[in-house]
Parts: sequence; structure tokens; C-alpha cells
Amino acid sequence: MKTTERIIPDRLQSPIQRYLKSWETLLLAVAVAIFIANSFASPYFLNAWNLSDATFNFTEKAMIAFAMALLIISGEIDLSVASMIALASTAMGAAVQAGFGTPVLILVGLGTGVICGAFNGILVTRMGLPSIVVTIGTMSLFRGISYIVLGDQAYRGYPSDFTFFGQGYIWWVISFEFVLFLIIAIIYGIILHKTNFGRAVFAIGNNPTGALFSGIRVQRVKFILFLLTGFMSGIAAICLTSRLGSTRPSIAFGWELEIITMVVLGGVNILGGSGSIPGVVIAAFVMGLVTFGLGLLNVPGIVMSIVIGALLIGVIAMPRIWKMTRTN
Amino acid sequence: MKRCKFTKIVAGLSVVASIMGTTAFAEDTRIALVVKALGIGFFEAAAKGAEEAAAELGGVEIIYTGPTSTTAEGQIEVINSLIAQGVDAIAVSANDPDALAPALKKAMSRGITVISWDSGVAQEGRQMHLNPSSTPLIGNTIIKLAADHMPNGGDVAILSATSTSTNQNAWIDAAKEVLPNYSGVNLVATVYGDDLSDKSYREAEGLMATYPDLKAIIAPTTVGILAACQAVTDAGKIGEINVTGLGLPSEMAGCVDSGATKSFAIWNPIDLGYAATMLAYNIHNGAATDEGSSVEMGRIGSAVLDETGSAAMSDPFTYDSSNVGDFKSIF
Repeated sequence: MKTTERIIPDRLQSPIQRYLKSWETLLLAVAVAIFIANSFASPYFLNAWNLSDATFNFTEKAMIAFAMALLIISGEIDLSVASMIALASTAMGAAVQAGFGTPVLILVGLGTGVICGAFNGILVTRMGLPSIVVTIGTMSLFRGISYIVLGDQAYRGYPSDFTFFGQGYIWWVISFEFVLFLIIAIIYGIILHKTNFGRAVFAIGNNPTGALFSGIRVQRVKFILFLLTGFMSGIAAICLTSRLGSTRPSIAFGWELEIITMVVLGGVNILGGSGSIPGVVIAAFVMGLVTFGLGLLNVPGIVMSIVIGALLIGVIAMPRIWKMTRTN
Repeated sequence: MKRCKFTKIVAGLSVVASIMGTTAFAEDTRIALVVKALGIGFFEAAAKGAEEAAAELGGVEIIYTGPTSTTAEGQIEVINSLIAQGVDAIAVSANDPDALAPALKKAMSRGITVISWDSGVAQEGRQMHLNPSSTPLIGNTIIKLAADHMPNGGDVAILSATSTSTNQNAWIDAAKEVLPNYSGVNLVATVYGDDLSDKSYREAEGLMATYPDLKAIIAPTTVGILAACQAVTDAGKIGEINVTGLGLPSEMAGCVDSGATKSFAIWNPIDLGYAATMLAYNIHNGAATDEGSSVEMGRIGSAVLDETGSAAMSDPFTYDSSNVGDFKSIF
């Protein structure tokens, strides 16, 4: 009779191994590869100002993506983010017409976002409606209000000091938006990975009933997450409106799917329960670099969407394929 | 082992990079034609015109580009990438006159020639704007279209959009001004179909009932001209009453075939793309863009800039049975 020898490891993998095999490392490698590919593909890529311009393609979306990541980790989703931008921007435009200055505009922008977020939150947490249904509804509702207010008109005439948020630079090529993006990333990283609140978000996403019986106020945490998403949409609305210098009801059209793509590409499980902020940060860079790189080659937007779609599926499938080849 | 696979992936991607790296770039003058969105027949036709201009000029590369949907943000991303490539000129049909201005100002500050065409950009965001036509030219054209087919003169009526449509009212006023130049042409009424098919149809029926000697209905609106054509056809008055005005070739082809419409007019997108390219090229090569200056547009003539830096290209282009078939698939 043959005896089989078994080794029982004291831990499954060394920390270095685990780090190397993590989603973030894979994504970082993809980002570096895209960066290198872009530098070869276009002579215009490696230029400080061009790279700085490229950051505007993703900073506003990424700000919302952080809040969206938390929401998706908790098992909910918000499809109304782009419409909240439209409504917040319309509200700011109306405030300009009423003669208010920049500080009031910021309050109006953030306030509109928070109110919209609270509306979603109440419908989901108090009335127990599924968030995907609620936010499909509010997606049409919020933008619909903008269309009723504006029609085919536009609000313009934003004060000159308001342009700083979307067009200003802190130092040399480092834009205000980019700095804000980094600060928000750090804040969300701390919230999700270093606080009790963050642990509660993971717990809710993994097992809401279990979380409830552990004493986590599940509905309250979810409500706060909807509020945060609305708040971030308000911040994005301020940046975008300032960058464009005008408001039309079609502003930020279709952004919700780009933001969710960013979150999923960042390794957040669409079913909830896992994910990380560094992953979302790298995903934002990946998407920004891909669209900018392809833009430099004058690749039509339709082809660009195909590339982003393929990238999303490819990056998500890669670890599975990896595992399959290893088991064979 | 794992490291190995990792290096392979990175190596693989670098190969992709080097393949992509073979994109050529020449010393040509690069003119970007930025449209509202890709995949729209009107703009594809404009791109054809731009290529025609490039072939005529020689040493010009046309970059035909635009976002996938008609948003200002999409156009700004496109413009940013064009600035990054350091193109020589940008000719844009804007989705939003104000939102594009900051990005285009940046382009101009980096030495790029910027003009707008079709849909304009706020004055500070471009060096000139090319309108497809102008109010006096349109006003004259719509009367001329009717007069051309009634050598002995006669009664004509106008079927407009709403009584408050700014564009239509301006064109009708301009038409009335030139009316004395066309002897025998007698404008008997102006009615409003509100750009609704059914109301326009009833107004056209009303005109035919009220003015039995009517020789032509002029509709300076794409909805009105189609409805009037239908009303004339249904009343069996093809050949008696000529329906004309501003229409789209794709919608009007049937009316031209049946004879209800002898000819109609609208801007020609091919000419528009051609003219925009010529203007961008000439301004890039030093043509002045002050008020009153005139810039060459190749075979189309020259554009004279007004106090807002705008210019009109030409009379609206006339479509009849000889050419409507070629354009009906375009727009």
C-alpha cells in the first residue's frame, strides 16, 4: 500500500506572493504596459502638458467612482449619478441667473447632490425597493427635470473665479481637479480600509443578515452611502460645470456606465462584498490612458468603446484563465 | 514560474506597443475636421468635401474625428487629443457654443488655427465662423426657386413654421425685400403650419382652396415642404402647383420624382466641408481674420467676415431631379 504524503502549510501563501498575485498588481502591470505602448505609439504622448490634459478625461468620473465602489461593495448600485450631475449643474446655472456668487454656487451644487442622494437612499432603505430599479427611475427623473428647466437652452455666465475648479492649476501642470482626485482617493481609502464604517460596508456586502445580527445598522450605513454618492456627484458637477463654463441638460450623458466600468475594472465585485480603493485608482488611470492614447492615434470613439469593453472582459477573465491553466 | 508568466504578458503587450508604433507621421499640414458625432450622413458628406479640398491643395492631411454621441464633453476630449498631437488647424461643428470655448482657446494659445463651421462657437473660442448661408441669400433663393418655374409669373404663398420662428421670419422678411426683383411673382399669403405635419398639411389644403390660381407654395421649413408636397399630391394638383423651399434630399426625393416639387434647396454638406478645410488652410497660412477681410474658399469663392468674425458660404444648394438621387442617401 502506498502512503500519500501531505504537507499542511501554516499559511496559504507568503505575503509577498499574495501581493504579487493581487488584482491591483495585475492592473498596475496593465497600466504600465498601456503607458509604454502609448509612448511608442504616439510621439506626442510623453509630454507633461498632454498628460495633464489627459487627466481631465477621468478625474471627475473617478471622484464618483470611489463612492460608487463603496455602494457596490455594500451590494447596492446607483445608476442616477450622471443625472445627478445634470440636475446639480442646472441648479447651479439657475443660481447664477439669480445673481449668486461662487460660494453659493458650490453650496447649491453639493446640496443638490446630497438631496438627490437622500432621495435615492430613502426609497431604497426606508421603502425597501431594489436600488437598481429606484436609480433607473431617478436617472430619468433627475435629467428630466433638467430638460424641463432648460429645454434646448443653456445656462452660462458663470463667474470668473468659479472657473478655477475645472480649469485651474495648483502648480505647473498639476491641475486642481487632479489634486482633488488624489485627496478624495486617500480619504476614501482610509474610510474603506481603516475604519469601522469600512468594515461594516464589507460585512453588509458579504452577508447583510449576518451584519444586521452583528449589530451593524445596515439600512443606516446604506443610506449614508447613497448620500455620499450624491455628494460626490455634486463635487463632480462643480468641476465639470466649471470646466465647460456652461450647463446643458445633456451634460455628462452616459457617464454612469463609464463610472461603473471603472469600479468593476478596479476589482470591485459587482455582487458586493469585496474590492479596494487602490484598485479603483489604478482602473481610473488605465481608462484615462487608454482613451487618451487611442485619441492621439485618432481612433474613432466607437472603436474606443470596443477597446474599453474588451479590456474590461479581458482583465476580469485573466485571473480565471490563469487559474485554469495552473490546475491543468 | 509566476514571475515568468508575468514577464510574458508584459512582453506581449510591448509587442503590441511596437506594432502600434508604426503609425506614420508626415510633414503635411494636418487639419482636423471635428464634427458633432461620427456616423451622421451629413458630416460624412462634409468629410468627403474636406478630402476633396485636401487633394486640391496637396500636402494636407485631414483628420476626420468627433465623439460617438453629440455631447460637448466628448468633443472636448477629442479637441484635447488634437491639441496634444499639435495639429495645424481645427475646424469644428460645435455641440455647444460655450462649453467648447475654453478648450479651443487653449488650442489657439498653442498656435493652432481654430475655425467653426455649421454650428458656431462663441466668438472668443475661434478665429472665424462659417455659416452655410445667410439670411439675404436664403430669402432670395426661396423666391428664385419658385420664380424659375413660373415664367409668366403668378400667385405664390408661403407656408412657414411657427409665427415666432426666428430663422423663418428673418428669411421671409428677406424674401419680401427681394420680391420686387421678380416681376409677376405675387405673394398672396403667409400661413403657419407650426412645423407639425398635420397642421402644415391642413394649411396647405386651405391655401389651395382659398387661392385657386396658386402657382407655387414656398415652405422654408423641412416639415412644411414635405406636408405641402403631400397635400398637393393628394389634391391631384401636381403640375399645377409647384412646392418648393428648404427640404432634405432624403425626405424630398419622392416629391421630386412625382413632380410635385420641381426643385428645392438646402446647404450642401460636401461644399461645407470643402469650404471649411480651405478656410482653415488659408488662415493657418496667414490669411487675416479681421472684420471685413476676405478669405479664399477655392472653387466656392471667398468668404467676407462680418463684425462677429462670421461669414456666409453661398446660396443654398439647389436640388432637382438631376442630383437628388445622389444626395438622398447622404442626409
